[in-house]
Amino acid sequence: MPDILPPDSVGIVESKSMHFDKPLQLECGKTLPEYDIAYETYGELDDSASNAIMICHALSGDQHAAGYHSTEDRKPGWWESCIGPGKPIDTRRFFVVCMNNLGGCKGSTGPNTKRPGKDTYWGPDFPIVTVKDWVNSQHRLMLELGIDHWLAVIGGSLGGMQVMQWTIDYPDEIEHAIVIAASPKLTAQNIAFNEVARQAILSDPDFHHGHYLEKNTIPRRGLMLARMLGHITYLSDDSMREKFGRELREGKLNFGFDVEFQVESYLRYQGHAFVERFDANTYLLMTKTLDYFDPARDHGDDLATAMSGATAKFMVMSFTSDWRFSPQRSREIVKALIKVNKQVSYVEIEAHHGHDAFLMPIPHYLNVFHNYMQNLGRDIR
Amino acid sequence: MRADLAIIADWIKPGSSMLDMGCGDGTLLKYLRDNCSVDGIGLEIDPRKIESCILDRISVIQADLNDGLEQYFSDNSFDYVVMSQTLQAMDRPDILVEEMLRVGKQGIITFPNMAYWKGRFQLGIGGFMPVTKSLPNQWFNTPNIHLCTLHDFEALCKEKNINILERTVVDHTHSKSTLLMRLFPNLFGEIAIYRFCLNGI
Repeated sequence: MPDILPPDSVGIVESKSMHFDKPLQLECGKTLPEYDIAYETYGELDDSASNAIMICHALSGDQHAAGYHSTEDRKPGWWESCIGPGKPIDTRRFFVVCMNNLGGCKGSTGPNTKRPGKDTYWGPDFPIVTVKDWVNSQHRLMLELGIDHWLAVIGGSLGGMQVMQWTIDYPDEIEHAIVIAASPKLTAQNIAFNEVARQAILSDPDFHHGHYLEKNTIPRRGLMLARMLGHITYLSDDSMREKFGRELREGKLNFGFDVEFQVESYLRYQGHAFVERFDANTYLLMTKTLDYFDPARDHGDDLATAMSGATAKFMVMSFTSDWRFSPQRSREIVKALIKVNKQVSYVEIEAHHGHDAFLMPIPHYLNVFHNYMQNLGRDIR
Repeated sequence: MRADLAIIADWIKPGSSMLDMGCGDGTLLKYLRDNCSVDGIGLEIDPRKIESCILDRISVIQADLNDGLEQYFSDNSFDYVVMSQTLQAMDRPDILVEEMLRVGKQGIITFPNMAYWKGRFQLGIGGFMPVTKSLPNQWFNTPNIHLCTLHDFEALCKEKNINILERTVVDHTHSKSTLLMRLFPNLFGEIAIYRFCLNGI
């Protein structure tokens, strides 16, 4: 943490947990008998519970979207750039909720938590959850928090997919849908990257068919490789060139396979850091959740039909250098929404950061986001 | 509001739907929404102007008009498609005019008239490319790459089987319409404003 808390940070926050003992029917056919949800909230819920905003996290995100857990924290939550006093998601106006999705590894029930009533981990036996399942569990949390509708549901990447699912499954309980750097479904190339990441984990000798926690180990190399690969797809060619170029760590070639170029060092660092904070089974699960997302599938592969029941107002944003979920994917969402007469705005933000741009404090992005949210703030009943 | 926009606003029936191609900061859409219950969408490329639209709760899609309307809009989606002071900067004005009448029942276009007498004088007598209040750029830095006259535009309409429903000309302040302008629009009209539809509709 910086020595002095920045005034536009929500400051010190804590994760809370809620237990649900009503079984949750999952799309795969299995049922979760009971589960816990870890979540954080920022700001104050107003008397009529009309200022609540749900933040949906992406693949490797969690409930810690903003602020710091302690004065020891080096980094704030993952969306500190957009959540806080005076920021687009202004915590002086809005009550912000972010939860760790089921199957996650930061406190919500998932592969790294114990099975109910047993002393063994869920591990690889944790059922595959879908975006639809997540939205159902988010809906339950909403009701438990005394909220009957969200003023907005907001998310980037896989988070944006959850926002879309909200507008389909609970159209009357979401006023605004903010879908950032998302996609109506994964492309074959996206799925291919996910598959390589999964194979890296599955083929690690320490994976033990997913039962690594019982063996007191983790598939370190596999998870690290998966993250390194993922990270390449989150950046753009330009941003990597700008950040690292071909710079050598020691200023000379060593003619070996150790780290020589800065970009190698960076990727290894990212990979190592990720292993310490993330669970391999969760990574497998979340990539599957991504692969399966396709709301049009149940509607004759027509996204417009799938979205036709939505009543929310939409704000869709994409980033020019994002090649993982390119602007073209967002345009497909916009086209479908226009076709079925939904209110939608679409902004394609010029940015060289690749897919990661949605986490960056890019001025035009923040301005658009801020302007949109400001009107929501004015509308609070 | 700019007077050409006021004229357009006059032409649009309350309660209708419209697409504003190159909507700028959303002035026209906002006016029509607030005063005439017109349900509209804007297309704009300039990030700053888009920020203004969002602040004014205008539905705006960031798009390059040169990419056409196909990727977002199906046939007959709007009562009106408006393009104000943009036609002359497009790669293919003829294709865009067709596109306007594909997605909308009627089109409304405004453009600077290249045959305006000051321009004619500068080119015909002076021998230089015209620089006027409505065409303020030099030849080398102008975004206006497809300039035309009233006659040119009307010839295009004829070729495309387009029926001109209304025409008016104004000066660069967009306010005055003098007798001379009404009698000799292609000579004294600085800005042309047309409303049109496909023949047989």
